[in-house]
Amino acid sequence: MTASGNSGAGPGGSTAGEWAVELAGITKRFPGVVANSDIHLRVRTGEVHALCGENGAGKSTLMKILYGMQPPDEGTITVDGRQVRFRSPADAIRAGIGMVHQHFMLADNLTVAENVLLGAEASHGIGAKARARIQELAGTVGLRVDPGMLVERLGVADRQRLEILKVLYRGARTVILDEPTAVLVPQEVDDLFDTLRTMRADGYTFLFISHKLDEVRAIADTITVIRRGTTVGTADPKAVSSRQLAEMMVGSELPTPETRESTVTDREVLTVSQLSLAADDGGRHVLEDVSLVVHAGEVLGIAGVEGNGQTELVETIMGMRRGAHGTITLGGRDISHASTLHRREAGIGYVPEDRTRHGLLASQPLWANRILGHQSRPPIARGPLIDRAAARRDTERIVADFDVRTPGVDVHAAALSGGNQQKLVVGRELSGDPVLLIASHPTRGVDVGAQTGIWEELRQARARGLAVLLISADLDELIGLSDSIAVILRGRLVATADPSTVTPEELGTAMTGAGSGPNLAKEGS
Amino acid sequence: MTRVRTVLVAPALAVVFSALLCAVALLISGDSPLTALRVMITQVGQGTTAVDILNSAAIYYLVALAVAIGFQMKLFNIGVEGQYRLAACVAAIVGGTVPLPPVIRTIVIILVGALVGALWAAIPAVLRAYRGVSEVISTIMLNAVATGLIAFLIRPDTFGALSGNNITTPPIPESGHFPGLHLGSSGTIFGMILVVAALGTGYWFLLGRTRFGFELKASGESPSAATAGGVDARRMVLIALLMSGAVAGLAGLPELLGRDYAYTLTSPQGYGFTGIAIALLGRNHPVGIAIGALLWAFLDKSAVALDVVGVPREILLIMQGLIVLSVVVAYEIVRRYELAAEQRRVAAQLRALANAKAPSPEGVSS
Ligand SMILES: Nc1ncnc2c1ncn2[C@@H]1O[C@H](COP(=O)(O)OP(=O)(O)OP(=O)(O)O)[C@@H](O)[C@H]1O
Ligand SMILES: [Mg+2]
Repeated sequence: MTASGNSGAGPGGSTAGEWAVELAGITKRFPGVVANSDIHLRVRTGEVHALCGENGAGKSTLMKILYGMQPPDEGTITVDGRQVRFRSPADAIRAGIGMVHQHFMLADNLTVAENVLLGAEASHGIGAKARARIQELAGTVGLRVDPGMLVERLGVADRQRLEILKVLYRGARTVILDEPTAVLVPQEVDDLFDTLRTMRADGYTFLFISHKLDEVRAIADTITVIRRGTTVGTADPKAVSSRQLAEMMVGSELPTPETRESTVTDREVLTVSQLSLAADDGGRHVLEDVSLVVHAGEVLGIAGVEGNGQTELVETIMGMRRGAHGTITLGGRDISHASTLHRREAGIGYVPEDRTRHGLLASQPLWANRILGHQSRPPIARGPLIDRAAARRDTERIVADFDVRTPGVDVHAAALSGGNQQKLVVGRELSGDPVLLIASHPTRGVDVGAQTGIWEELRQARARGLAVLLISADLDELIGLSDSIAVILRGRLVATADPSTVTPEELGTAMTGAGSGPNLAKEGS
Repeated sequence: MTRVRTVLVAPALAVVFSALLCAVALLISGDSPLTALRVMITQVGQGTTAVDILNSAAIYYLVALAVAIGFQMKLFNIGVEGQYRLAACVAAIVGGTVPLPPVIRTIVIILVGALVGALWAAIPAVLRAYRGVSEVISTIMLNAVATGLIAFLIRPDTFGALSGNNITTPPIPESGHFPGLHLGSSGTIFGMILVVAALGTGYWFLLGRTRFGFELKASGESPSAATAGGVDARRMVLIALLMSGAVAGLAGLPELLGRDYAYTLTSPQGYGFTGIAIALLGRNHPVGIAIGALLWAFLDKSAVALDVVGVPREILLIMQGLIVLSVVVAYEIVRRYELAAEQRRVAAQLRALANAKAPSPEGVSS
């Protein structure tokens, strides 16, 4: 990566002073919780500064304050030595601060260039000058696609780069990345880190949030740990181990999804045979001839780069997508044409990949969110009536069992931190003794402590005979939890792997279709 | 419980604010706001005004409830206007022509009203659920169609009859009336008010305590999450609009069964739009809508009283408009105020906690 020609609008370099960002005494209260309490954070110009902390520690809140999305109750923000006051993200962007959110904010039906220009027409117009600038920045962020390409055809890694490009185009020199690696496979993470290192050499500054401590140690120059809304200290990534870091954050051990004796039975719970699904526009197939079986007590892992049909497979099994060919049976009963509600009543739990879109009612209290998906079954339903007391009681159980950090079950789901929302959803979907759990990224955005908790709950349910269809971008999780693994590529199951022997690297290669290792078996034929 | 308080405080703020602006307007135009206020208050005790207000409020409650049911699903049923008028017209024809025994006749008329309202709403409901046609557009157009259909139905050569220079449906005989509560010179309260109260309670119960109410709110809040939770969002669109139409279909009946006993060319119009304003005012809350309906009816009556003493009645139209505009702002102000109060409370609790314990170690950073 040699393209680094950011003349003029590039980072200020050494003249801007030592500290790119200084946050002092930042306090932010929400009803019932203090999200940030007297936080002090200094970010050196030209470094990658990682923020670590358990779910609900206040990382996203702090970053939203720095990005002007929320005003702090107390405290000051200093950028390049000048004290500032942001009333909106536009103010922050003007001060050279940009943020890439965890969930992509791109328009699928527009081209790469259009996505960059949208809302930033004032910077360089929309003509040749703008194109030249986009080309230049594309080199900087390592985006090697035609700017005229539609975003819907981009993979996740390229989307990530495009998000960074968007932010740079608006003149950012300090870039906030909120859990950027959650959806990337290992190779993509390495590539992204190469890019970040090159950009760092050019003088860009990064604030980086991640729950994956190995990654944090690999990329960061400084680590600040936040616990319960305050900074508890900084760590040197070269000197600290992941285990020490985890202890600093949560005071608990670093988890490993270790292997244990198999609980697989020969009772088939879910069988999918020859499932095919055409794309919405009717063209190519997004699922082709997919067949799989999950037994009671078995975890079947699906490995694949995002966008290879996992979403469609899961949503077809849940009955949320129509028009598929093939059969789906649950416990011997054909459910291919059953409604989503019937499938849920038959005992399918579902942790969706996007909790905000498919898992939660943001402005409803937690106890009402407990009802969703269970509105027709005891203990929540009594005939056509809803037993609110039972819903509250059971929500309190989930809050306790899954360690959901919340002031109570009456707060709105939107007020929970990302990881705590995830814990609530997982807890709900494991309620009511399901026979099959479809879990898409069950620990996405969850801290290491809570991750252990969720894995343990999954293991216990599996020992009781739960069948699990697991989709995860976290290959350690996939290998550690699964009893067998299938690789999905462009809508087909192309290979199987034995989790007791396969390595994340081999799996990663198979997922990109670049061939098979000794521990992979080609599917079919 | 906070909900109810918010629902009360914000409209109160809006009313005070609008009243102040109207007072200024009156001063500028050379009228005395104090006289106006005195007239508005004293009129309530005079003649049949109090009962009239209550009766109008009952009708407003029905139309607002119909609108609110749609709002729960983020559906904008502008067709309440056409639904209630067509329903009243058909119910009047059935009530005046089909021979039925007492009580049964009243019940049949009410059922016909609800059914016609629901059927008229079924057209936009099906279009929306299966073809994605915006219910805003289709209901506006159906309002115009309803007007034409009513004109056809009450022609002397179909079901209507000429009476003076008015056209009317055959009168509903005594056996089809809904007896009211006679208060002598103070007027007669519509008996239908009982039905209205029952519907309000039913709405509250349905929304908060039943599976159906939960599914309604869930699909309104996030169709994607509701679908993943096993709610058939398309079916909910259908049912919500049908229910909205059925409630709207009852709105013409208090007057039909308690005062007019026939549908005529001069039967009242425009309630549907009033209903939208009141549903906004009451935030779709059963109690909020009741207060909004009473307020609206009171302002309507005040217009008449002010006219008598020579204050321009238009001032109340202005006031009604101002209230609807300012209530939106007022809700936001109240919400922010409650949030800030909550945050202060948290801060105070924490200070108390910090004072009680030993001071916690400083956050380190370098
Ligand atoms: N809009 C809000 N209203 C009320 N409380 C909120 C709001 N946003 C955040 N909080 C609370 O503030 C605290 C910090 O949340 P934040 O989202 O910053 O956590 P986080 O460190 O990003 O956690 P995660 O790793 O789970 O994303 C949490 O307790 C959360 O419940
Ligand atoms: Mg967060």
